[in-house]
Amino acid sequence: MSGRLTRRRARLLAGVVAAVAAIVTLLATGLGRDPSVFASPLVGRTAPNFTLPQLDGPPVTLSKLRGQVVLINFWASWCSQCQVEQAALDQTWQQFQDSGVVVIGVDFEDDTGAARGYVRTAGVTYPVVEDTDSSAALAYGLRGVPETFVVDQSGRIVDHVIGPVGAAALASEINSVLLARAQ
Amino acid sequence: MSQLGTYLLLFGLVVSGYGLVAAAVGAKTGRLALVESARRCAFGVLAIVAAANATMLTALLTNDFAIRYVADNSSRETPAFFKALALWAADNGSLLLWNLILAGYVAAVAIRFRRDRPPTFPYALAVLFGVQAFYLVLINGPARPFGSLANPPADGRGPAPLLQNHPLMAVHPPFLYLGFIGFTVPFAFGVAALLAGEGWDQWVSLIRRWTLVVWCFLTVGLLLGALWSYSVLGWGGYWAWDPVENVALLPWLMSTAFLHSVMLQERRGMARLWNIALVIGAFSLMTFGTFLTRANVLSSVHAFAQTSVGPAYLAFLALVLLGGFGLVAWRLPTLRTQASLTSAISREGAFVANNMLLLAAAAIILLGTTFPLVVEAVSGQQVTVGGPYFRSSVTPVFLLILLLAGTAPVLPWRATNRSRALRRLRVPATAAALVMIATAWAGVRQVAVVAGFGLATLLFVTSAQEIGSGLAIGRRGSRSGAVRALLRGRRRHAGLVVHLGLALVAAGITASSALGQQTQVTLKTGQSTAFGGEVLRYQGLSADQQPQRIVLTATVAVFNSSGQTDGALHPRINLYPAATEPIGSPSIRRGIVWDLYASLISLQNDGGSATFRFYRNPGVNWLWFGGLVMALGGVAAAWPSRRRKPGNDDADDAGAVRRRAVVEVGAP
Repeated sequence: MSGRLTRRRARLLAGVVAAVAAIVTLLATGLGRDPSVFASPLVGRTAPNFTLPQLDGPPVTLSKLRGQVVLINFWASWCSQCQVEQAALDQTWQQFQDSGVVVIGVDFEDDTGAARGYVRTAGVTYPVVEDTDSSAALAYGLRGVPETFVVDQSGRIVDHVIGPVGAAALASEINSVLLARAQ
Repeated sequence: MSQLGTYLLLFGLVVSGYGLVAAAVGAKTGRLALVESARRCAFGVLAIVAAANATMLTALLTNDFAIRYVADNSSRETPAFFKALALWAADNGSLLLWNLILAGYVAAVAIRFRRDRPPTFPYALAVLFGVQAFYLVLINGPARPFGSLANPPADGRGPAPLLQNHPLMAVHPPFLYLGFIGFTVPFAFGVAALLAGEGWDQWVSLIRRWTLVVWCFLTVGLLLGALWSYSVLGWGGYWAWDPVENVALLPWLMSTAFLHSVMLQERRGMARLWNIALVIGAFSLMTFGTFLTRANVLSSVHAFAQTSVGPAYLAFLALVLLGGFGLVAWRLPTLRTQASLTSAISREGAFVANNMLLLAAAAIILLGTTFPLVVEAVSGQQVTVGGPYFRSSVTPVFLLILLLAGTAPVLPWRATNRSRALRRLRVPATAAALVMIATAWAGVRQVAVVAGFGLATLLFVTSAQEIGSGLAIGRRGSRSGAVRALLRGRRRHAGLVVHLGLALVAAGITASSALGQQTQVTLKTGQSTAFGGEVLRYQGLSADQQPQRIVLTATVAVFNSSGQTDGALHPRINLYPAATEPIGSPSIRRGIVWDLYASLISLQNDGGSATFRFYRNPGVNWLWFGGLVMALGGVAAAWPSRRRKPGNDDADDAGAVRRRAVVEVGAP
């Protein structure tokens, strides 16, 4: 037994390397996608209407926002993933509020005091409504928080994001909706 | 708290990194002081990782929501018991426990080999530290259990409702982890033999007992998982061929194969290459299984939500496969053994067949589990492979395994004495035939079910008979002779006890999967339905507001055929604030033969009427009991024996190998 690399050994080792490479390649393709993502049945349909009390301000009715692009973001103060995306939502609101875009935070299964405290300390600037009896969550088939729905000017849902959103992705999404309208 | 935990994990990584280097250098240069310092590192890593676990536990119990893991997996209203369980309720926390158990195994190895150190020990220690270092890198980099939140919420989300619905969650994951992680030890010693280029037969006897212990843990872990599924999920079953269940079964099948083929190497010096490949295969499958579960590749009830550990796991899996099988390829010329089968119908032949069948079952399950990945990689289409594929393809293999286990223990080693073997099979075969006739007589027409009961009987009677004959030989002398006989052949008898358990499990699975009944009905308050010879009446609903949830409990009174009351069932629906869907809890009246099982599906008119699903499941308790018997048999086989004088009988483990090793070394 010695450490010489004979031809036979080299062939065997090459076989092992090739087999492992094949397995790893196969598994790596699986890493690139999220198995929980699938086409939402709500996309393409009219967004269910709601009228909900605002945390600080008059009630908000979705149908009255026709003609504007609406981002409906379901969140809660106990949800750490929602903290992750909050800055992106604020940035989007600051950037697009003068272009006919509304961001609405829908507070899901939360304590009003806790929600108000969070809005104050985290510096949420867009309007936040309370889904007091979870009726909006039911109508939108919510699976958890955060989830975000993008509604176009005609009141149709054009996108549904499960999990935290990013500012860049939101901006390009909104721009394409605004552009489609302009054409 | 967050900082303390972070630093502890970093420190642990540094210490195990040192252990890896010291053990590897010590192994290569033969410097014993380095090996000894690496050995002591094992206790350091254990202490540090234990402290990190204690830190997380304290954070959970004291509602430290500044730690993101605590905010995500606990809340003020969560009962303390489930707060503690939240330690392994999600990916990052469970990696802490994973590291703790691994460090425990490494420390156990360090204690076991504190004095007598086989030449492979330093290499094995290096491999163990290497694996530990990988898992510590994982929680120092891609997964950060002690990651903090800039704006700590006033309250946390609480554990996933399913995980705080039943105390079985306290034991199922730890046992499964003990089973999974334990494979690191046989793997380390197998790879150590490859690295050292010696001790080909010694490593098998060194770790046989470890493998048995690990096998027991995995058996219990799988059973507890099935029990959890049955008692909590409310679908009336215990095994759904879910990808994560499948990948937990794969290492079990591999290690079961290994425990049998080890005997080939110990007794006959056969299967050297095979055994080393099996151990590497089992560890690779375990790593592959954790990759599938944690990298969010397949959709499953068990999959941990969105994590970033996938690429790291994949790299580790590639390293294990390349390193393990690469070394096997490198050492192939020396791994070949001369011994070969003298007769197909012998104990050796049966062990070879046993390995082929167990591996065939593993291959079928692996194929079905990974098939969706292959299809999606090739065509982009999403497909699922469900229970029917697994049931129809695995059942014949499992039946053959029963047949083999029911006949092999009577076969002699080496030579074939068929007439004697056939004589010993006369009683078991007759019993099996009678049971099959009775089953068919009772109206069962599915061949697999009739065969399942028949083969389970064959296995049970053969095992009982062989244990009995072992006792009878001893009893010829005195009563204490019987005990001594039982102890002397302990390994064989313990194995037969495992087979007894397997027979019960097989009967239970056959009965419950083929002979169960179910129905779904909607009942108004006071209304009754007849089901399976009993009458079930919906008595009404009660609501209980608990701090962390609302519990709606339906009462279903049970009356037997003569109208007498026969207890009640209380299926529930639990509403958790952070869950969009209600979580049901079934109610089960367990019996020796039949379980009556009720799930509350939905409520109408404020509980004025309710929809139930009722099941009558036969044999489920045979499965739990049989599994327990299997695990106890495994414990008995693994129990350390008193050191015997050299030259005693050779029914026990290490002696035979040691003697053969001496012969081999002595031979030119």
